[in-house]
Amino acid sequence: MTSVSAPFTVAENAGLSLLARAEIVGRESAGPAAAEVDREGRFPHEALDALRVHKLLNCAVPVDQGGEGVSLGELCAVARILGRYCASTAMIFAMHQTQILSLVRHSTPGVTAFVAEAVANDYLIASATTELGTGGDVRSSVCAVARDGEAVSLTKNAPVISYGEYADAILVTARRTADSPPSDQVLVVCRRGDVTLEPTGNWDTLGLRGTCSPGFVLTATTSADLVVGAAYSEISSRTMLPVSHSVWSAVWLGIADAAMEKARSFVRSVARRSPGVTPPGALRLAEAAAVHQQFADLVAASAARFDAAASAQDESMSGMGFSLAMNNLKVTASTLVVDLVNRAMLICGIAGYREDSQYSLGRHLRDAHGAAVMVNNDRIMNNSAQLSIAYRGTL
Amino acid sequence: MTEQVIRKVLGEHAKLSVDSMALDPAADLYELGLTSHASVNVMLALEDAFDVEFPDELLRKSTFASIGAIRSALTELGAA
Ligand SMILES: Cc1cc2nc3c(=O)[nH]c(=O)nc-3n(C[C@H](O)[C@H](O)[C@H](O)COP(=O)(O)OP(=O)(O)OC[C@H]3O[C@@H](n4cnc5c(N)ncnc54)[C@H](O)[C@@H]3O)c2cc1C
Repeated sequence: MTSVSAPFTVAENAGLSLLARAEIVGRESAGPAAAEVDREGRFPHEALDALRVHKLLNCAVPVDQGGEGVSLGELCAVARILGRYCASTAMIFAMHQTQILSLVRHSTPGVTAFVAEAVANDYLIASATTELGTGGDVRSSVCAVARDGEAVSLTKNAPVISYGEYADAILVTARRTADSPPSDQVLVVCRRGDVTLEPTGNWDTLGLRGTCSPGFVLTATTSADLVVGAAYSEISSRTMLPVSHSVWSAVWLGIADAAMEKARSFVRSVARRSPGVTPPGALRLAEAAAVHQQFADLVAASAARFDAAASAQDESMSGMGFSLAMNNLKVTASTLVVDLVNRAMLICGIAGYREDSQYSLGRHLRDAHGAAVMVNNDRIMNNSAQLSIAYRGTL
Repeated sequence: MTEQVIRKVLGEHAKLSVDSMALDPAADLYELGLTSHASVNVMLALEDAFDVEFPDELLRKSTFASIGAIRSALTELGAA
């Protein structure tokens, strides 16, 4: 029942646009397996194979480093397409892109060499930022880097590492030294071969089950030049946070796209049965479409805000307005995705509620609820509340 | 004088892991535990102490990165 990944070779796919390739991965690999991936909570191997075949893991790496140098806006467009077919695959794509862009945009010599290796071998990169003892506060760490000459080591009790077992490298946050305060963090690149992962639980969740994100005690020994030179506070505010919020939101938009497609097709089928009579769901559909449009525009505008600031290399990325805008994006997008799936549910009625119908919305609804808890919206809004006291501009 | 007030504000609001009175003016406050959350409180206390308002352009991380950086921002605002 699982479809085999697309029998495309790199040569055949060379002429295809980024979005055409994303569509092929979604339609031929991620989509057909999505129900099984969700039900069994298994890793979407076929979709990841297809992402590699179609060279979509490294597309955001600059051209001179072996990638295609696509913008965040384009990355979001890919994440959105994948999200329509399989939200877990899309989330894995989104998280990986955030990690690789963090390395590209804050590189130091050792990290540059690692990126070249990652591009050459199509590495999938995971992240361990959340830690037991800090709650969901990713800007503080308990674990610390210990240095021994050219080697560094660390041990982290991570409650959630998405696709940790399937990744080729994991980026880990830790305090700079054993004496550093919790907020003085660095980002450490750990190759899979240098890491031991001791599982501490299962990943039996409502949605996003295919991200395979259980907890692990992570122990790593890596080389000192794989500790990224920039402070994690910089990496977080300039890259990790805005990029993750943008690509995640694009995935959620993809979920909303899928729900809207089902609602639309349901209303159309009702309309066909009684020509000349506007079906009751049509008004709800029109209302939902207006919200959907706002959602799509918000994601595109936020990615464009990042792309503009990134190309200007200006200071605006570390400004409060930028942080507030990216926080708002995450909170708004994660709220709208649930809203839109709910609207679609009302439009499709029992056909959407059933698990065995072509209009079934169960998976989308469960996946959509991952959005608000993935870095809790309350936590984000609390940060925004603090920034709002200080901020004087308009967003 | 200005520097003493800055140190006092940092002592009350920055939640640093070290004594703000003994701090090198160039020391990186973020490495010493300043969070963006705490930096907002530092900013508000500075506005209060020096009777100034930080404009948007100055509301960025680097403005509060060290005693020296805070001092130059205040100078720019005509406060010190
Ligand atoms: C699908 C998925 C994949 C993930 N993958 C990864 C991964 O690969 N790597 C990784 O490191 N992490 C990952 N995470 C973890 C994620 O990043 C969050 O850190 C995690 O969901 C936070 O856990 P929490 O809800 O228990 O904690 P909290 O954020 O602490 O929230 C728990 C509750 O406490 C409240 N709360 C706590 N603190 C505050 C505060 N300051 N202000 C307001 N309210 C507060 C919240 O409102 C909430 O009700 C993933 C999460 C999901 C859902």
